[in-house]
Amino acid sequence: MKYFGLIWAGLWRKRARTIFTMASIVVAFLLFGLLQGLNQGFNTVVTNLNVDRLYVSAKTNMTDGLPISYSARIKAVPGVKAVSHWTYFGGYFRDAKNAIPAFATDAQPLFQVYHEMKIKPEYLEAMQRTRTGALVGEALAKKYGWKVGDRVPIGTSIWTTKQGSSTWMFDIVGTFDTSSYGGGFPSFYLNQEYFKENSAFGGDIVHYYLVGIKDPHQATQISKQIDALFANSTYETRTQTESALAQMQLKQLGDINFIVNAIVGAVLFTLLFLTANTMMQSVRERTPELAVLKTLGFSDGKVLTLVLIEALALCVLAAAVGLALATFAFNSGAMRAIFGDFRMPLIVMTMGAGTALLLALVSGLPPAWRARQLNIVDALAGR
Amino acid sequence: MTAVVSLRNVAKSYLRGKQQVEVLHGVNLDISAGEFLALMGPSGSGKTTMLNLIAGLDQPSSGEVRVAGERIDRLSRAALSSWRAQHIGFVFQFYNLLPVLTAEANVEVPLLLTSLSSKERSKRVQTALQLVGLADRGKHKPNELSGGQQQRVAIARALVADPTLLVCDEPTGDLDRRSAEEIMSLLQALNRTQGKTIVMVTHDPKAAEHASRELHLDKGRLVDEAARRAA
Repeated sequence: MKYFGLIWAGLWRKRARTIFTMASIVVAFLLFGLLQGLNQGFNTVVTNLNVDRLYVSAKTNMTDGLPISYSARIKAVPGVKAVSHWTYFGGYFRDAKNAIPAFATDAQPLFQVYHEMKIKPEYLEAMQRTRTGALVGEALAKKYGWKVGDRVPIGTSIWTTKQGSSTWMFDIVGTFDTSSYGGGFPSFYLNQEYFKENSAFGGDIVHYYLVGIKDPHQATQISKQIDALFANSTYETRTQTESALAQMQLKQLGDINFIVNAIVGAVLFTLLFLTANTMMQSVRERTPELAVLKTLGFSDGKVLTLVLIEALALCVLAAAVGLALATFAFNSGAMRAIFGDFRMPLIVMTMGAGTALLLALVSGLPPAWRARQLNIVDALAGR
Repeated sequence: MTAVVSLRNVAKSYLRGKQQVEVLHGVNLDISAGEFLALMGPSGSGKTTMLNLIAGLDQPSSGEVRVAGERIDRLSRAALSSWRAQHIGFVFQFYNLLPVLTAEANVEVPLLLTSLSSKERSKRVQTALQLVGLADRGKHKPNELSGGQQQRVAIARALVADPTLLVCDEPTGDLDRRSAEEIMSLLQALNRTQGKTIVMVTHDPKAAEHASRELHLDKGRLVDEAARRAA
């Protein structure tokens, strides 16, 4: 602690250079925190997805759809608790820019399969009673100022009505809470029966069967059983767990892990040279001062330690600010809207701290070693 | 009187490129406790080399260097560091203060190597600054002080750990006549009132007049004083 003044003063010897170097490290670790956090966020979301839910889609492509008649056969598979389904409606409100993740479904079993979603029982009963009813996520209702009892027009670019209209009218009969899933979860449900009756075509198509199972350990076995049921039929199925489905969808975005690691690696590699250069320059400029310290009795090891701690202070302080900013960004409303109730993973902070330490050691060691090896007589004579 | 510094057959040579340069040749010297010795001689005569050997900054090629009763020519680099911290106070020609630290912090640096508490260190720093007449300039950084004042701070830094020996390399070399005179008077006072043993290298005969003994080096050998005067 008694050397703090000496180290701190050395760190700020060239104020502008230190500030710019620190700013670079702050930005690099902000990027590190955000990208690694995002990566871990995706991984966490995927890992935390429920394993007692299966998704059944057409083997060829989800958009090909499956017959509605499969529902009863899937439900009969041993270990299956509940079966619901989604048919992608692709809606929008007033303008095509206001896209709404709308799906036709069988609401009663849907809320059994998605037992984490919170809905009042009376809303579910109202949905059963009201053919044109719609259940709306609370966030979506809030966004457009919708209330229970409102009649809303929802446009679709896919499904025209039997009357030839692309606008469907729905009566909002209830709202539900999807906060545990984040912002991307479907939050507008219409009755499958109404969809089937009113649609000019394809009303008996289902894009996903959502299957709730009793024992998550049986997921693989039940998946195989379901797919075996429809093997060699016109509509063969592919059954996946929720996390497998999410992983497949994420892969469509590219290998996020690779992209993140490549960007962070390139940034840190550049930073390594920048910091090492700063430290080297700083030590070179202070050669006579370091020689004076040695003359006064500071040992080679002590001088090496002082320079290393200076590099550590530079890197760790700036990295801490960068990671703190990344954490702040992660706790912001915008990020929560994407990931739900998600916080900066501790592993990212630990990785960040470790990287900062490594950066300090690798960039600080060459100048520290140079300072250690300094010959007092030569340094004082300016040789 | 007891010899604080004792050099026996000390030789020092350097390798400059491929050439071996002999700087000191079999020097013998005793410096008593409480003495103020001025080492004089032309450039390249080996004055600074001899000072560096006495201060434990360099090792002789051969011979024996004994300071404060210890054979320092046999000490390792690490042991020499710790020995210097205990026994040597160094005053440089260009003051060599740390520019980012205040005068107080500069004076405190040697005390960081001791086990003194912060309070004790601060007390000693104030005493040292008072001794050199700069008690009121402690919060100033070197660039806010004149050359003479900076050299006073450097002397305070050299004294603060109460070393056995004060080693000064051209302490007035960068100062105007008036400041140089003040610094020499201060060193003389330290020698006379505090009993500090001082070894000083200087070109300046006026500065050397303040010393209790003058020695001349020429081409790496101590010149016989009587012969020099006769010449």
